[in-house]
Amino acid sequence: MGFLQIASAHKAYHTPEGAQVRALDDVTIDVRNNEFLTLLGPSGCGKTTLLKCIAGFEDLDGGDLLLEGRSLKGVPAHRRPFNTVFQNYALFPHMTIAQNIGYGLDVAGVRKPERDRRVGEALEMVGLSGFDSRRPAQLSGGQQQRVALARSLVLKPRVLLLDEPLSALDRKMRETMQIELKNLQHSVGITFIFVTHDQEEALAMSDRIAVLSNGRLQQIGRSTEVYDTPANEFVANFVGTSNLFTGRVTERNDRLLTIETANGRRLAARSDGFAVGDGVTLVLRPEHLRIAEPGEGGAGCTIEGTVKDAVFVGSIVHVHVDVGFGRTAILHHRHERAGASAAVAPGASVRIAYSPESVHLIAAAGG
Amino acid sequence: MIAGDTVRSRRRRALLLLLAPVTLLLGVFFLVPLGIMVVYSVLEPGLYGGVEWTWYPFNYGRILGWPLNDYEEFDPIYLSIFLGSLKIACLTVLFSLLICYPAAFWVSRMGERRKNFVLFLITLPFFANLLVRIYAWLLLLRPTGFINTLLQGLGLIAQPLDMLFTSFAVVLGMVYIFTPFMFLPIYANVEKLDYSLVRASQDLGATPLQTFLRVILPLTAPGIVGGSIIVFIPALGNFIVPAFLGGSKVQMTGNLIERSFLQSRDWPFGAALALLIMASVVLVLMIQLTRAARTQTKGAV
Ligand SMILES: Nc1ncnc2c1ncn2[C@@H]1O[C@H](COP(=O)(O)OP(=O)(O)O)[C@@H](O)[C@H]1O
Ligand SMILES: [Mg+2]
Repeated sequence: MGFLQIASAHKAYHTPEGAQVRALDDVTIDVRNNEFLTLLGPSGCGKTTLLKCIAGFEDLDGGDLLLEGRSLKGVPAHRRPFNTVFQNYALFPHMTIAQNIGYGLDVAGVRKPERDRRVGEALEMVGLSGFDSRRPAQLSGGQQQRVALARSLVLKPRVLLLDEPLSALDRKMRETMQIELKNLQHSVGITFIFVTHDQEEALAMSDRIAVLSNGRLQQIGRSTEVYDTPANEFVANFVGTSNLFTGRVTERNDRLLTIETANGRRLAARSDGFAVGDGVTLVLRPEHLRIAEPGEGGAGCTIEGTVKDAVFVGSIVHVHVDVGFGRTAILHHRHERAGASAAVAPGASVRIAYSPESVHLIAAAGG
Repeated sequence: MIAGDTVRSRRRRALLLLLAPVTLLLGVFFLVPLGIMVVYSVLEPGLYGGVEWTWYPFNYGRILGWPLNDYEEFDPIYLSIFLGSLKIACLTVLFSLLICYPAAFWVSRMGERRKNFVLFLITLPFFANLLVRIYAWLLLLRPTGFINTLLQGLGLIAQPLDMLFTSFAVVLGMVYIFTPFMFLPIYANVEKLDYSLVRASQDLGATPLQTFLRVILPLTAPGIVGGSIIVFIPALGNFIVPAFLGGSKVQMTGNLIERSFLQSRDWPFGAALALLIMASVVLVLMIQLTRAARTQTKGAV
């Protein structure tokens, strides 16, 4: 029996024009106790809808939600042991910080001494002791964020739902809060379901990531799993940057495959699966590509091209290489040697090299 | 520093210039008449209207319960009419509030086009003359009027109901007139209520009633107070509605004032009554202002 089971959840909305939007289409996720689970996907993919259904603000059209085996059907939002941190924080403007944090305890009828003690602890937990008599409008965005967290966590929910809570913060603050949130989740031992459209944020914070697109679950797994072995082209493109080449296996030599693309490009990859004739997509991460030394590189493990752009981003250079047939490959080039920068100047002819082990293969859809 | 001062003084001069017309208008057409009223209220009434220029405090005596210019026999007839007016004004506020508050939520959640249409409907009565609209109620409420005919036709009542010339008719007419004035401030407030706060309250375990009392009501209180004041002030001094729908049975202070000036030609007494109404309105406004100032210092809502 799982902790929180989302069992083939369906939800459709009707637009005013009469069209139907499938916000959730057969989503099944087994949420584990005490995990930091991230729902990742582009805007409009159904993340908020799923969160609202879990919180009880919306009902599923089909499927079920089970908390420790018991269905949550018909349980109103205020009776579910879940709390939400809203994107805009939704702090009560007419209450002080202490009143905001104590709100859930007050409506539950918790006695004053215990209430005050728990509010004090919560304030301390988020580092806002001494702010109790201020109003939300007198706090910065990051501080409001913490109040919203404290307001939910003071109730010791079974699950904390967070809907893009960091998107309104500036970059530095966001990175600080990412670490703080992760640590907080560890120390309170509460399951967090965290929504974001930012894949870096998801990778940095999560125990597991569930990738959604168009209301469908694309993949769920540990951060490294999702990044290293994306289940399909969508995940490969959305999580991190990928260079994708689609073709057909033409040769199999022990574990070494040769894949020929429609343009006649022949590329090598090492894999246990796949047989001659299978349609596959190669996923090449930019950090696994490098610029080959003259004369270096085995057959099939190189791609010829011309440098289009070299974008210096600090620790590395993002090199955009025109590899023909209208395709551009991106590789991450370390610039430790001063001489190497000449090689990646726009217009330079280069050969991209990779190791066949670093290729991840996806079975082509319908192939 | 010097530059700042000249800028500031220049700004102040510009402000004075901008405010001059409205100051002049208020001074001439509000403060001067008000001063005249204050003076007249302590003068002796002239025989055929106007005033005699002698000190005469009995106008206020009459209002407070000594009708016979001598402070001996106590008969608070005018005071009871004033209290009756106060009651009718309060009932008007209460009922229009009961109608407008839920309606504001309902309208605020409509689609854009329907919303605009409904808002247009609410302002529609202003296009018809007030007297015509009140007169329509007279036709509806009288014993041979539409409502009684309908109820009798349906066999629900044997005898026509006595609705006209009752407090009920007056309150009904007043609620009818003042509903838009109550609706608009409440609507403006409700419209900008952040619905995610309601969600947050639910999410934190509050029942619908708790959410209403602790979140929705405090956040929409400014609209409720604003609408109530805007309705209360003209309702207290209103004389057209009681004149039509209250007849001689339901009198309000407004009718007394009208009659003092136009029929019994007792200008000083009318002036004293008018000042009584004005004093109560100012009192209500002052209570509201101090309250608002207190919440202001507690922090912006
Ligand atoms: N109340 C609603 N009425 C109609 N369509 C909606 C409603 N809420 C969400 N949608 C649609 O459902 C889809 C998923 O929305 P949402 O869950 O908010 O996406 P996300 O949070 O991932 O950006 C979107 O296409 C959105 O337009
Ligand atoms: Mg969303």
